[in-house]
Amino acid sequence: MMPLQGYGPSIWSGTLLTINVSLVSLLIAMILGILGALAKLSGIRLLKIIAQVYTTVIRGIPDLVVMLLVFFGGQTLVNQLAEIVGYDGYIDINPYIAGVSTIGFIFGAYMTETFRGAILAVPYGQLEAGYAYGMGRRLVFLRILLPQMVRHAIPGFGNNWLVLTKATALVSIIGLDDMVRKASLAAGATRMPFTFYAAVAFMYLMITTVSVYLLQWLEKKYSFGVRKD
Amino acid sequence: MNYSIILENAGIYWEGIGNTLELVSLSVFFGFFIAVILAVILTNSTNLFLTLPIRAFVYFFRGTPLLIQMFLVYYGMGQFDWIKSTFLWDYFKEAHFCALFVFALNTGAYTTEIFRGSIINTPRGEIEAAKAAGMSQLLMLRRIILPSSFRRALPAYGNEIIFMLHGTALASVITIVDITGAARIVNSRFYSPYEAFVTAGLLYMTITFSMVWVLKRMENRWLAHLQRNGSSRG
Repeated sequence: MMPLQGYGPSIWSGTLLTINVSLVSLLIAMILGILGALAKLSGIRLLKIIAQVYTTVIRGIPDLVVMLLVFFGGQTLVNQLAEIVGYDGYIDINPYIAGVSTIGFIFGAYMTETFRGAILAVPYGQLEAGYAYGMGRRLVFLRILLPQMVRHAIPGFGNNWLVLTKATALVSIIGLDDMVRKASLAAGATRMPFTFYAAVAFMYLMITTVSVYLLQWLEKKYSFGVRKD
Repeated sequence: MNYSIILENAGIYWEGIGNTLELVSLSVFFGFFIAVILAVILTNSTNLFLTLPIRAFVYFFRGTPLLIQMFLVYYGMGQFDWIKSTFLWDYFKEAHFCALFVFALNTGAYTTEIFRGSIINTPRGEIEAAKAAGMSQLLMLRRIILPSSFRRALPAYGNEIIFMLHGTALASVITIVDITGAARIVNSRFYSPYEAFVTAGLLYMTITFSMVWVLKRMENRWLAHLQRNGSSRG
């Protein structure tokens, strides 16, 4: 990669880290999203309130602010806790863990809304049919609700995924060596910032383009047999 | 928590609120005009020399992170000597101008897509009625198509404005003292992350929910005819 002055491999390793951060945060976001959606739809008042506060607060604050709060605040919190337990040393929060958990936590709130909508879109009669067959709540969830809500969840899920991937650029601010930070370092060394940020922009375009096609394919696959009029 | 730090630094936060509100309102204002023009061209023209560059513009700004776009403009422009030798450099060396420039283009691209969708979905009957009344293309656009599609675009457009508000937090990365920038200054001066960032979060939430409230009222007013009966209050 001549135009990249030998920094190609470095950017590429950053790209892999970006993809890694995206996928792991997506996993966390999906777990939180399912839990949040179930909490919102459960009859238990306390769970409902907690889920409501979670989604409201997260959607009212910029990602960057949440990330800085977790990164700097979490650092202080961990060390204060360690002091209470009687540990004298200084604990450094790993930026990877801070980044992945923050992005997962933020997008868990968006996933909660997506999954809640998808669950509500599954006709209630189908769940009743499951109960009539003698299935328990867990079995109805696994065999009827989950497979059917996937179709309704895919468009929203896809949107969230695209926004999440782009949000991973923020982890460079808290010092994680993703492709944005690799590009910053290379830009500083070569005095060619435009070239390197353009390269990173290109990689993001590739990731989002491939994602869009994969999501279209998934949507088709899960809408198999659904009539369109 | 020690809130005296926040009270003593209220001035920085005030400055931050001003900058954030200025960035949001100006970028949304310019983005709106960019979007209207581009969406109208996209839905009316079949000339590839016009539509392809617009599609590329929308594709680029929606497919890459805002942070990268900002870096490309703020740090990237300095790589080109021909820019440095023109009057353009007077603007592009200013962080404030770069942020505004990128935010306006970014929200312009997202909004183009929103408006394009709602223009396409104009009910055929409305267009036919306009034609039957003898309106010219331009008059039909101004009186029928645009007002009708703005209404339908409002919920999605409202979301985009909120996203832009949150996007402006990135301006703090290129030295601008917006709300996030104020929080970062307070945090680094006093090492008080909770107070600094929780205050910023509360400020953003206040602005977000005020905007949501205003948007809801606008929807109630202009989309009253689409609501279930009984729930429309002006």
